[in-house]
Amino acid sequence: MFEWLVSPFLEYGFMQRALLGSLVLSVSCAPVGVFLMLRRMSLTGDAMSHAILPGAAIGFLLFGLEIMPMTIGGLVVGLLVALGSGFVSRFTVQKEDASMAAFYLISLAVGVLLVSWRGSSVDLMHVLFGSVLALNDEALALILGIAVVTFLALGIFWRALVAECLDPLFLRSVSRIGGPTHVLFLVLVVLNLVGGFQALGTLLSVGLMMLPAVASRFWSNDVRALCGIAIAIAVVSSLGGLLLSYHASMPSGPAIIMVAGVAYLFSALFGRRGVLASALPSRRHTSA
Amino acid sequence: MRSTCLEFKDLTLGYQRHAAVHHLSGVVERGSLTAVVGANGSGKSTLMKGVAGILKPISGSIDAAFRRLAYLPQQSDIDRSFPARVIDLVSLGFWQERGLLGRITRSDKTRLFACLAAVGLSGFETRSLDSLSGGQMQRALFARTMLQDADLILLDEPFNAVDERTIRDLLALIRQWADEGRTILCVLHDHALVKSHFPQTLLMARKPVAWGRTADVMTPDHLSAARTFQEAWDENAGWCEEPAPALLPQPAEDLLHDRDVARRAAHV
Ligand SMILES: Nc1ncnc2c1ncn2[C@@H]1O[C@H](COP(=O)(O)OP(=O)(O)OP(=O)(O)O)[C@@H](O)[C@H]1O
Ligand SMILES: [Mg+2]
Repeated sequence: MFEWLVSPFLEYGFMQRALLGSLVLSVSCAPVGVFLMLRRMSLTGDAMSHAILPGAAIGFLLFGLEIMPMTIGGLVVGLLVALGSGFVSRFTVQKEDASMAAFYLISLAVGVLLVSWRGSSVDLMHVLFGSVLALNDEALALILGIAVVTFLALGIFWRALVAECLDPLFLRSVSRIGGPTHVLFLVLVVLNLVGGFQALGTLLSVGLMMLPAVASRFWSNDVRALCGIAIAIAVVSSLGGLLLSYHASMPSGPAIIMVAGVAYLFSALFGRRGVLASALPSRRHTSA
Repeated sequence: MRSTCLEFKDLTLGYQRHAAVHHLSGVVERGSLTAVVGANGSGKSTLMKGVAGILKPISGSIDAAFRRLAYLPQQSDIDRSFPARVIDLVSLGFWQERGLLGRITRSDKTRLFACLAAVGLSGFETRSLDSLSGGQMQRALFARTMLQDADLILLDEPFNAVDERTIRDLLALIRQWADEGRTILCVLHDHALVKSHFPQTLLMARKPVAWGRTADVMTPDHLSAARTFQEAWDENAGWCEEPAPALLPQPAEDLLHDRDVARRAAHV
């Protein structure tokens, strides 16, 4: 058992890097996912992960499979989509989810066109599904940097983020920080998705962000605790997924997200605020 | 410090160019306790939003001189499913004092518990928001308003869904705030309460119908005048060409002020 759990990471350098990368990513993505969920923007992460595709594709077309150009491309396009849809919804009757849908679909189509224009389907597979097993130093440094930025930003703007989710009208009456906080938060979302897509691909990087976050909601009713629980679930999923991919020769990205998915289903059923806990009839009640 | 807290100068507020409040001129004295009265859709909440700075004037202006403002909206945007406890919501009231990063001190906490006690919510500190009744929620918001320690307080129908005993307690609080020299504007529909507790009244019907001492404002004539106004938008309404209301002579005590711009609302 110990052998099965530990030896892959002791014996192989690439497994160590994969572990380090996905753990750092877990710690950074999960709290961002918690705030996405609390702002009812769970699907925004998904839309954004599609939206960064053309940016990554342009970087890829110009420079080949290089981390920095693809990352910067993804970042720029992701921010354009996020700010563009925010802009349209702010000045028209259209709600943010609708304009987000429009923008990300345009972006996705452009991305797929770009990738298919020059490049084999193998390359497309790499952009879409990434590989945590092929993380080089550059990619690890990037993920680490993003995690540090995320933690600093969350730490500094925590109060504003919570206030903006809980009572935006109140925040507007006492401070102008609401708008900038929202933008900063979108930047964090894009950063973390871009950090994740090296390892997990654009389609799955959102999984490590949302699944642990959504699962955590079944266990607690406190924002700090939610972040902690989400990080724990993400870390366990990364570990489990890597082991699974090693022993069962599965692709690593989907394996990690699969484990997170199992954690979600388990939480939904057995969590303190899960289906069973709320559905089981109780014939007794307290007096006060 | 100036003796006026707010001065409206031919103020027009509205949405998408449709005026909801227009031609409002006048001053709110520092330390005054004013009831804002009017029918549904008469523009009371719109005026509150304007004073709180959430709605920008279409024309005219609000000259404001206050240190800190607290605004209790008629309909809050609060996400009740957000995982927060009562104290998390109420301690948002520290924002103006503590800002983004300032630490909430032990004495702050003592003050927070005192505010909860004052609205009768002791024992609810760690209850989650989604478990509060409508009236309890309103009381929690009142506690937050109290915590803000503001010198200009805007209350938009604060007694919504609040039982009689609590209304009495909250009115006592409002009275106490006024005695402490805070300026208070309070929207409410209960005329009896207005007459018994509020020295000043502003009667609205999209424009000010009357504004001044409550006994002078709440007359049958004014009240019936306030009932007839066009509530619905007219998409084809022309641009408002009504001239700004003429200045009324200032009441005697106001003549002592050196500023000649102070205006009283016109009786239109
Ligand atoms: N967000 C909005 N967008 C467009 N029109 C609005 C908006 N809010 C209010 N109105 C309109 O502005 C007018 C004034 O509304 P307001 O909310 O100020 O009324 P009120 O006096 O507070 O009424 P009530 O007693 O029902 O609370 C109404 O005709 C209303 O239809
Ligand atoms: Mg109103």
